[in-house]
Amino acid sequence: MDIGLLTIIIFDGLNYAAVLFLIAVGLTFVYGVLRILNISHGAIYGLGAYMATWLTILLLNKGLPPYLSYFVLLTGAIIIGLITGPSIERLCLRRIYGSDIHIQLLLTFSILLILDDAMKLIWGVEPMFMSEPYFLLGQFSVGGIIYPRYTFLLIGVSASFGVFLVWLVRGTRFGKLVVSVIQDREISVAMGINVGLIYTAAFTMGALSAAIGGAFIAPTISVAPGFAAEVVVMSFAVVAIGGLGNLEGAALGSLIVGLARALAIHLVAELELAVIYLIMVLVLAFRPQGLFGAVEERRI
Amino acid sequence: MVETPLILQTVDLTKHFGMIKAAERISVEVNQGELVGIVGANGSGKTTFLNLITGYLKPERGRILLMGRDTTGLPPRTITRLGVARSFQVPQLYRHMRVLESVLLSLAAESGNGGSFWQPLFKESRRAEALETLKRFGLSAYAHRPTSELPEGGRKLLDIALSFALKPKLLLMDEPTSGVSIEDKFEVMDTLVKVLQESNVTTIFVEHDMEVVQRYGWRVLVFDEGQVIADGKPDNVLADPEVRKTVLGRV
Amino acid sequence: MRPNLRVVSIVSALLILVPLAMPSWVVFILTKALFTFIAVLGVALLLRGGQLTFGHALFFATGTYTVGFSVKWFGFRDALLLVPMGALTGLIMAALVGLIMARYRGVFFAMLNLAFSMILYAILLKFYWVTGGTDGISVGTATFLGFPLRAGTYPFYYLTLVIAGLITYVVYRFLASPLGYFLRAIADNEIRIEYSGESVRRVIYLTYILAGGLGGVSGVLAAFTVGHVVPEDAFWFQSGQFVFIALLGGFEGILGSLMGAVAFEFIQTYSSKYFPYAWQLTLGGIMLFIILFRPGGLWAIYESLVSRFSSKAEGSTHG
Repeated sequence: MDIGLLTIIIFDGLNYAAVLFLIAVGLTFVYGVLRILNISHGAIYGLGAYMATWLTILLLNKGLPPYLSYFVLLTGAIIIGLITGPSIERLCLRRIYGSDIHIQLLLTFSILLILDDAMKLIWGVEPMFMSEPYFLLGQFSVGGIIYPRYTFLLIGVSASFGVFLVWLVRGTRFGKLVVSVIQDREISVAMGINVGLIYTAAFTMGALSAAIGGAFIAPTISVAPGFAAEVVVMSFAVVAIGGLGNLEGAALGSLIVGLARALAIHLVAELELAVIYLIMVLVLAFRPQGLFGAVEERRI
Repeated sequence: MVETPLILQTVDLTKHFGMIKAAERISVEVNQGELVGIVGANGSGKTTFLNLITGYLKPERGRILLMGRDTTGLPPRTITRLGVARSFQVPQLYRHMRVLESVLLSLAAESGNGGSFWQPLFKESRRAEALETLKRFGLSAYAHRPTSELPEGGRKLLDIALSFALKPKLLLMDEPTSGVSIEDKFEVMDTLVKVLQESNVTTIFVEHDMEVVQRYGWRVLVFDEGQVIADGKPDNVLADPEVRKTVLGRV
Repeated sequence: MRPNLRVVSIVSALLILVPLAMPSWVVFILTKALFTFIAVLGVALLLRGGQLTFGHALFFATGTYTVGFSVKWFGFRDALLLVPMGALTGLIMAALVGLIMARYRGVFFAMLNLAFSMILYAILLKFYWVTGGTDGISVGTATFLGFPLRAGTYPFYYLTLVIAGLITYVVYRFLASPLGYFLRAIADNEIRIEYSGESVRRVIYLTYILAGGLGGVSGVLAAFTVGHVVPEDAFWFQSGQFVFIALLGGFEGILGSLMGAVAFEFIQTYSSKYFPYAWQLTLGGIMLFIILFRPGGLWAIYESLVSRFSSKAEGSTHG
């Protein structure tokens, strides 16, 4: 393999990993706090992409300076996160805490179906393009390889969100409350912690992660119905590989999946998709709790 | 191996959880037909001892022999098949099933066709046996009710009946009267001891109520910090002020 | 598990007689409902054991592509042999995948199933020189001992009905057996099962194999009904639909899955006709409603109607 191809594979891999991490970290965080695998996470990602695209196009047409479009992307994502997060958690999830796992999965699956069509009804089925933020940054070249600078923005946004989340959990009072709710819900209630509020906040953080992921990937793709499904199923693989509920695991899982996908695309294109799930199956076959997960024992 | 009345033998059984000595060189022998009570304060290692024998926990050191056979390290399912059944401190019931159905499942498992595909669970002979079992445990009235409708004492009895239906050679009961009201305690124990005597099942029961052990045990083992500190007839052992202090001291 | 002979005969009579008075598009929809029912039974069985799968399309697609490759490579399209072949390939696939799957529960069971079905989807999609890629494989019309068996006609419908009937009987026997009860017990208490000397893994494994076989049979019938097999047969959305139907019908009774499948096919037909962009929204809305307000599905609604009716008439006959 020549060095040029290797460089491209690494850049591509990091690019995928950045996007996957943005989505997966929210998924794993929500699971860690609420113990619910939120399948509708994918729809929030899609909504984030649509909202950001629509808003940016709208404002650019009104004469917004293009370099401000990055803030518009972020604003679109935050709007979606703040709308979907609290409403899904308060209206639906709240009713099924403590239900059987299959009920929880099915509920979030039905929300995915509803939101997926809602996007079509709001924004239509024609693909939407908005690549100003992508082209504005231009390209750079290393050793003859030309690569878009936007990739670095993606990696930067992704890493910042990860660091922000880790800081939130380990360095703030909110984080201490979250940890205490995770460790013992009943005691937390007894100590006067507003567990309901913590759940809403945690779920909203998760929704934000998906929406930001969608918003910042949008300039690099055509936003069209169904585009979210693939990425989301991949992010399940990421969190399963890393260990459900584990932030570092999500980072490692994203890197593994991102790089494996880039390798496959450039070397054995047929395996592009299959390789991700093969890794997931392999990891779970030998380490069911994922690479970073802890084993839970039941007391009798 | 020579035929002996020895049912259970443990040799130097040891298990630590970090700094806590849950089992410390426990060497005990239990003979055919005995009714052994185990007392000790909370955290003295009583339940750990049951969990070790049934294979739920693996010992760090030591051996477990059941009817002369080394079962150290075997999983619970295998040990159950060798004739050791247990009940639980918190009854482990099938919450969506009827009382009769759950006993039928134990009987099906015992007869070795728990995995049978074509034979119905409600086979006439099995049904009769299940109803008979429920009668002996005084649960006939609940046969067709969901297990979730049983009162606490009934839940305890059913939990033990499910283990008893496996026709074990050794039955281990983890606090058969915990959660049962003081008025019902002796009634539950009377029912149990009668059934067990009739079937001549060797039984070990863990209990933190000394009165229950004194009244029903033939022999008592006193646990403290994972060790057996006394072993003998209840009247002698429980009269010892040292024993009373360790058992009651921290309850 | 008491078979209510009256209900069984009424349902059978309806399924045998009603299509005779129906136009062929209804016969076509009912045929689809029947093969969907067969696949959904597998999903419902696993749900009884408390295990949700988002990858049952793996076995469905195994069945459809059994037909696809048989037609493509051998020009062979006889249903008499291909239906058992579909069952067999489904069983074999499940026996292999099940070796890993039987170790997992809950979220992991759901996701690993998803992963396996997505591997098959990816292979069907990307290895196009073998599988035909996104175009899939056209399988044309089935034959039965050499006679053509066109989808939407009565012979095809009644063949499907006979197969569905046989499968219903097998599943009924399964559920009435100790194994079937142990399956239900898994959702309740695994510890008690293991301490009865029974292996939870074994129960899940055997159920999984049965469910896989059902998926394979369903796939074969689907391939001949639609006349075409595509990678989407293995896609997670197909699996999601099976789960939806199991939930819609309620997975406590076999009849529930049948009711769910029939209702689903009609909802799909009308919804895609009148609200082409709101099909998923309809599905999701119904599902949300069932979960939050009617967790037992159509079956529970039916049962509560029956018990209200019969308690007026003669009092409860349970016991």
